Amino acid sequence: MTQTLDVGVKPPPPRDERISRRSPLSRLLTRPEVGALLGAIIIYLIFFIVAAPFRSASSLSSVLYLSSTYGIPAVAVALLMIGGEFDLSAGVAVTSSALVASMFSYQFTTNMWIGVLVALVVALVIGFVNGYLVVKTGIPSFLVTLGTFFMLRGLNLALTKQITSNVGTNDVSNIQGFDSAKKVFASSFTVGGVSIRVTLIWWIIFVAVATWVLLRTHLGNWIFATGGSAASSRAVGVPVNRVKIGLFMTVGFMCWFTGMHILFNNNTVQSGIGLGNEFIYIVAAVVGGCLLTGGYGSVIGAAIGAFIFGMANLGIVYAGWNPDWFYFFLGALLLGAILLNNWVRKRAEAMR
Amino acid sequence: MTTTTAESTAERTKAPLVRLTDAGKNYGNIIALQGVTLEVSGGEVTCVLGDNGAGKSTLIKIIAGLHQHSEGSYEVDGQNVHFGSPREALDRGIATVYQDLAVVPLMPVWRNFFLGNEVRKGIGPVSLMDVAFMKKTTKKELSDMGIDLRDVDQPIGTLSGGERQCVAIARAVYFGAKVLILDEPTAALGVKQSGVVLKYILQAKERGLGVIFITHNPHHAYPVGDRFLLLKRGRSLGYYSKGEVSRDELTALMAGGAELEELHHELEAGGGVAAEAAHMLEEEVKELGITATPEVRP
Repeated sequence: MTQTLDVGVKPPPPRDERISRRSPLSRLLTRPEVGALLGAIIIYLIFFIVAAPFRSASSLSSVLYLSSTYGIPAVAVALLMIGGEFDLSAGVAVTSSALVASMFSYQFTTNMWIGVLVALVVALVIGFVNGYLVVKTGIPSFLVTLGTFFMLRGLNLALTKQITSNVGTNDVSNIQGFDSAKKVFASSFTVGGVSIRVTLIWWIIFVAVATWVLLRTHLGNWIFATGGSAASSRAVGVPVNRVKIGLFMTVGFMCWFTGMHILFNNNTVQSGIGLGNEFIYIVAAVVGGCLLTGGYGSVIGAAIGAFIFGMANLGIVYAGWNPDWFYFFLGALLLGAILLNNWVRKRAEAMR
Repeated sequence: MTTTTAESTAERTKAPLVRLTDAGKNYGNIIALQGVTLEVSGGEVTCVLGDNGAGKSTLIKIIAGLHQHSEGSYEVDGQNVHFGSPREALDRGIATVYQDLAVVPLMPVWRNFFLGNEVRKGIGPVSLMDVAFMKKTTKKELSDMGIDLRDVDQPIGTLSGGERQCVAIARAVYFGAKVLILDEPTAALGVKQSGVVLKYILQAKERGLGVIFITHNPHHAYPVGDRFLLLKRGRSLGYYSKGEVSRDELTALMAGGAELEELHHELEAGGGVAAEAAHMLEEEVKELGITATPEVRP
């Protein structure tokens, strides 16, 4: 009781003397993406030393381009993981979106943008169905999306063959609206003699928006809470089911965007691509500090994770190593990054 | 059932915030609760005491709006109510702090404090959270409750059990609770932490809130309570105001002389250390004046 009176009578001190015990360094180390950042710096330095071609600005641009094509879906996959769920169908959903846009515009001879919009609707519906099944059945999202993964994989091949009598789609580069769509999804421009792909710009925008939503809006608060403890969130009035469905639909949106890039970059789409990419999105999120169990993580971390993947992928080529070993390195990298993350997090928690 | 003088004066001046009259609840053919009468007014603490399986949780669920009573009446501010969801109860100012506290351990204290009630500035979907205001308010509300946190940015999981309990109470108070239902807030806490929580219960009472304090510990209930409802096997064992019952009587009623005697015999049969414990138990029973009275049997 006396404590209360004390607080009421004298103005609170401007600075709590106990806060000074936390140095800026330990404050930084409690950020989820710190482990990934350290890992990225180390890997960058390794390739910088061993691979001469890696040092050029154009190589960096290539690495960033490759990273962005994995990093864009990883933005949404990271948000979903923070919200406590998985999406194993993301890799093939990218392909599905590209196939739908391409075949719709070609078969119905519509403007390319109509196909693009139809694909967006399809991608959002895929996300909605995933989310709806997860929240209504209570079955773990790992299993639900494993099911939709196989279904989409089958649909991609079967429908493409049915419609085009081929395993790929027809070239759509002559369709009206192709050029403007290509400008949006797959153009490039030159800065100081270095070619930059537009996906890099989009990637940065998506990461910035997602980070802003996550840290500064009530929706972000709900995403963290939903992943951290769904029951507690429900008890205080957070619409947990709507948050989860929304996150699955966000994954759908990002898959659609990536699919559009693939379509307008290559003019045609092979129905079998995208398999296994869902794991790379998840790897990027986990390397970036997202907890597999939800409730903790960062979108910037997932971006760094995708960048690490891009560096490793191309760095091996630049270094002249046998690319057959790539997946071995990728696996080792993943383990190393997770160990580093855990170590950093434990140290950071101890410092508090 | 005892009608107290305090009850009748309260009735004359103003209807109590919450009043249950002969309330009961059946789950199919199972009678979970029967003939329970309870009331709480602003600035009062009503304690609900009972052992495991006494029907305490059922009672809370009825008051909190999770379940509906199947017998008797439930009044809020003198109006008969049938709550369809906890949200409806909350809208009438009845907030429940459950044992798991409904906090997200990995999230900072201030985010937990405002979870589901985030303060926003700006309009529509592009509205931002007013982070500075929320941090400041969390710190102020907690220090008003006597919790001085060094950093509202620390994950709530790093706080002690008592502190977490108090954050949950402070949150309910801040968001306009008129009646607080506390579900065994001291059950998992040590002696000192329990003391801290009891202090906050008194503070809530001083602010004019009605508190329904559920516990199985008469030593925690007696110092803070104004009325005591004893439950056993879904029935009311008695409803007393503070003047009508002493702590020892309360303990005796709670423990039940017959049960203690049984425990005494069991321990004695164990021999060695157990027999020693049995001896101590016997002395305590004598001290409290507990006898195996027939009235404690339901």
